[in-house]
Amino acid sequence: MLTIRVYLYNILLMSSALKLDAAFSAIADPTRRAILARLAQGEATVTELAKPFEMTQPAISQHLRILEAAGLIARRVDGSRRPRRLAKEGIEGIDKWLAMLRKALEKNYNRLDLVLTAMEASTKGEKR
Amino acid sequence: MNKLTLKTEGDTHILVTRNFAAPPEAVYRAHTDPKLIQQWLLGPEGWSMPVCICEARPGGKFRYEWTHPKKGSFYITGEFLELVPSSKIVHVERMHLPDPTPENHVETRFDRDGSGTRMTMRMTLPDSKTRAAMLATGMEGGMEDSYARLDRMI
Repeated sequence: MLTIRVYLYNILLMSSALKLDAAFSAIADPTRRAILARLAQGEATVTELAKPFEMTQPAISQHLRILEAAGLIARRVDGSRRPRRLAKEGIEGIDKWLAMLRKALEKNYNRLDLVLTAMEASTKGEKR
Repeated sequence: MNKLTLKTEGDTHILVTRNFAAPPEAVYRAHTDPKLIQQWLLGPEGWSMPVCICEARPGGKFRYEWTHPKKGSFYITGEFLELVPSSKIVHVERMHLPDPTPENHVETRFDRDGSGTRMTMRMTLPDSKTRAAMLATGMEGGMEDSYARLDRMI
């Protein structure tokens, strides 16, 4: 299961690369980072989010508005509930980052296989 | 057999495993001898490593510089925390873009597996606090460049 840490990392890279000032300033606030960390564990309503932070619902709502405007979270309608979750793009960013890391490592280690083969060949050459 | 596995572990670690046909002595050497490192630790196509300094001893420093004809260049620096010949490497490293990123902690183990080696690399991602500090570093360049640079965070 992936983490808020990688998620924030991606937001950080993407927001600076694409100059997304909204995302940039949205995660500069510790409370909003904590909200993202909570949402990484699953969706939650304003009431559920307000509890652990010991904040009023309007205060939490204000933070949620900023996160939503920055495209970091999304909401869905469930009867009278409006649960928030992390935005899909951020999650896809994590997958992209991991896929890229895997690809780079695979290339490295395929090259290392060749280096090791050459090392063994030269060792045998010396013994002969 | 030689296939790489990559999975997340908890909320801060990435675990990578890979088998090699060569014995642990050789795989360890390829990770600590600058002349050998320069031949394989290159990431995506097109990158080369003109500078490779590697003082493979506890407390020793390393510096790897990569360059790409179109994408420019960058480097990482790091220190070895623990080295057990043919068996284990523990180090910290950071990228310079040119401002340094938070440190990554990497533990690499080489275990004998038949006539070959099973490598296990455990990477610890920087925590959210240090990552937030990166906000202030003002990284430049397009997303592709950022991702290319991230390739190096191993």
